Amino acid sequence: MTNLTPTTEPSIGDAPDQLAAVAGALGEKPRSALRAMLPTLTPWLVTGLTLIGLIALFGIVGPFFVQDPTVIRNIGLTAPSADHIMGTTQTGQDVFAQLAYATRGSLEIGLLVGVLATILSAFFGILGAYIGGFADEAFSLFSNVFLVIPGLPLVIVISGFVPPKQRGLWTIAVVLAITGWAASSRVLRAQTLSIRNRDYVNAARVSGERSFRVIAVEILPNLLPVLASQFVFAVIAAILAEAGLAFLGLGASNSSTLGTMLFYAQNGFALPLGAWWWFIPPGLIIALFGTGLSLINFSIDEIINPRLKNARLYRKRNKTALRNEAARLTSAARTGKTQRSAS
Amino acid sequence: MTLTVNPASPAVPPTPPPVVLTVQNLTVVYEVERPVTAVKNVSLELARGEILGLAGESGCGKTTLAYAINRLHKPPASIASGEITFHDKADGDLNLLTLGAEQLRMFRWDKLSMVFQGAMNALNPVTTVRAQLEDVLTTHRPEMKKAERRELAASVLQLVGVDRSRLASYAHELSGGMRQRVMIAMALLLEPQVMIMDEPTTALDVVVQREILREIVRLRDELNFAVIFITHDLPLLLEISDRIAIMLAGEIVEIDTATNIYRNPQHPYTKKLLGSFPSLTGERGSFIRSGVNNSAELS
Amino acid sequence: MTSIEVTNLSKHFVLREGLKRNTLKAVDRVSFDLTPGRTVALVGESGSGKSTIARMLSRLEKPTSGQIKVTLDDGTQVGGSIYRRHVQMVFQDPFASLNPFHSIEHHIARPLVIHHRTKGREQTHERVLQMLERVNLTPAGDMAARRPHELSGGQRQRVAIARALAPGAQVLIADEPVSMLDVSIRLEVLNLMARLQREDNLAVLYITHDLATARHFSDEILVMFRGRIVERGPADDVILDPQHPYTKLLALAAPDPEQAGKVIATETTFDHKSFDNQSTFNHYTREWTSADGEVLERV
Repeated sequence: MTNLTPTTEPSIGDAPDQLAAVAGALGEKPRSALRAMLPTLTPWLVTGLTLIGLIALFGIVGPFFVQDPTVIRNIGLTAPSADHIMGTTQTGQDVFAQLAYATRGSLEIGLLVGVLATILSAFFGILGAYIGGFADEAFSLFSNVFLVIPGLPLVIVISGFVPPKQRGLWTIAVVLAITGWAASSRVLRAQTLSIRNRDYVNAARVSGERSFRVIAVEILPNLLPVLASQFVFAVIAAILAEAGLAFLGLGASNSSTLGTMLFYAQNGFALPLGAWWWFIPPGLIIALFGTGLSLINFSIDEIINPRLKNARLYRKRNKTALRNEAARLTSAARTGKTQRSAS
Repeated sequence: MTLTVNPASPAVPPTPPPVVLTVQNLTVVYEVERPVTAVKNVSLELARGEILGLAGESGCGKTTLAYAINRLHKPPASIASGEITFHDKADGDLNLLTLGAEQLRMFRWDKLSMVFQGAMNALNPVTTVRAQLEDVLTTHRPEMKKAERRELAASVLQLVGVDRSRLASYAHELSGGMRQRVMIAMALLLEPQVMIMDEPTTALDVVVQREILREIVRLRDELNFAVIFITHDLPLLLEISDRIAIMLAGEIVEIDTATNIYRNPQHPYTKKLLGSFPSLTGERGSFIRSGVNNSAELS
Repeated sequence: MTSIEVTNLSKHFVLREGLKRNTLKAVDRVSFDLTPGRTVALVGESGSGKSTIARMLSRLEKPTSGQIKVTLDDGTQVGGSIYRRHVQMVFQDPFASLNPFHSIEHHIARPLVIHHRTKGREQTHERVLQMLERVNLTPAGDMAARRPHELSGGQRQRVAIARALAPGAQVLIADEPVSMLDVSIRLEVLNLMARLQREDNLAVLYITHDLATARHFSDEILVMFRGRIVERGPADDVILDPQHPYTKLLALAAPDPEQAGKVIATETTFDHKSFDNQSTFNHYTREWTSADGEVLERV
């Protein structure tokens, strides 16, 4: 039973330990478990957080300050001016006002789907893997089925099936969540299977911990970075998918999103008419939001796999070490040669 | 040449066995924020055909030392000072620290090979044993003909006690002990003069471990290569090595023949290590287990 | 005081290979008793089924057949949820058995709370400190606040022992408790376990592959081979006078500095997997018995 060679597979279960080791190597004071799981502030992360923060702020606060986006004026398709800083639509509605409301709508959808999909994937992934046996097989089969269902066509079918009047924000969110949780669930299942067989989970069971506590207190904290990353990913995917749906005219009927804005811009021949102020702002916000979340996700990845962090931290140091040694060796060789020639 | 004879010198000095590897004042530093000296000023000589045991606990620097000797250490580890000289049978002395990348590549495995810790998991799972053995030969002996390579691979495999029919096997078809033998065969393939073995038997069961050890000793007797055998298992070293070096916190605190280490240890740490292994057939050592009184039966 | 009676315990695993189904008898009709104040050692190689027995005793695995009967002093049987109050386990790898996310205090406080050993936060905290002091982890207050990665392997294993004893367990299953530790602290941990056993009159099952510590640490040794106990008896008898060919081989293979040079001398090339595992030698009765308990031969 002596197996002193550690497993080389990087696993999320090792993350806190490895992160602590990195912190220790840097001479940092030991920090609490949660603190150790927070990503380091890299330029990438700062950029991502700033982008998301600004867009979120715009979506939350913007609608309170802008004009009524629904007011129709007879100044269709005017270019940006002092009155309408992003110009007007075909029907003379203020684009900036629409953009504020649409950003809020997209954020709502994104958050809603992110939460729903994460809950679904956590439920099916973690619970199934922990219980094992028949439950695992069943949950696994279930998520596999959802994994192979082609997402967008299904979403189109469902959205098309629900009458437009009932096709609210929630309907769209639920439809997107249902088609989007399966891949995350597979990842969570794999991670849970690995953590479940760790001795500390067994030890908790031997101690007499109830299953719920074992999952919530012993397993879940170690999965937090994965969950966070999946949540972020689900938000991106949801905003993009909703934009796609709305563009096809299958979006939420009772709220405006960036997708519906693009839909109306397309219908209003914004592109052929050269009304760039109508379609570029919503497109740009979608792109920037996706970029921001991706940048945040990279930082979370470093927590999931501390080797990425190690690599970044050590790359520089290793270079110095190599250079020092090379310099020392060449000087030694030179003195060695001179000695040899002297003797 | 001077003809004067120093009267103080003994009449017939005992010819020391020729030395194959000399390490002088080697220091290896991990250049992290606060640099850690993993190997401190280590000097040792390895005689031809000798088994030198290197004992110590995790983190004492024994593996770092082994890697540095072969210049396999990875940054942030770096050799801060010292000299490693390889006394080649044919080419004379080689200063290992001044070898270039290409020279180093030719030197490694050819003159000095290594069996790594957990090496049995180092076999490539998707190619056969034969392919992996022959691969070593194509790299280092490009002039060899295909038939010769085949024959050599088979004969070396037989040498370590694995049937040549196993050449066609994949790693997963072999037991742990068998895989470790294949790794030893691979290390033997080019008939190196020194073999460094880092915990080669730690992951194996005692019975298999014993077979591997016997194989190593037998091969050494047959082929006369020197071995640096690294392990934390001191009783095992006492059985197989000629000399043993005890490492503690990067330094060699004691180096002596196996018998002397066992019968007459000098350094307190050596004594502590020896006391940590209760003897199978002898006394309890530093075991305290009062309350159960069968100590009378023990003596 | 609590004792355990294990009768005909078996665990079969069904291996599916395509459409074929094979049954692996990981543990096959194993019987033994654990009584207060005594240590029983279970020795064997990896795959012999000893860890499976530990997992069944700690209810991590359901036995295929057989009984585990836990009896208190007054004759009451223990089962259901309070089973875990009486039977606890120390795991092999101290680096894996503590959750990196939680403090040391969490690990010891949880069993105290679950089994209602303490009331309220303050009392629990105090008891945690007491437990830490009992296993020589001082200063206890400082240790309690630390997280696992800030402790050494030996310290972690002490925490694991404290956690196992926290519910007030009288039966301790120790699955290779020291095999992952540095040699110089192995004895400390074993001695600590011996002291706690003496103080609390614990029944201990010590699972190991190391014959030497098994002999010195335990009163009785059970030798496991391919899921069966092939030899049982007082520790010294089994080690010094082994009867089953497998036990003989194990004793021969264990490193023993008293017999340096044994490596080359002994020829153990026979395939030990071919040994019979059906008959058992019992040193108490000096009898060979079959798997069904039939007496085959008296020595």
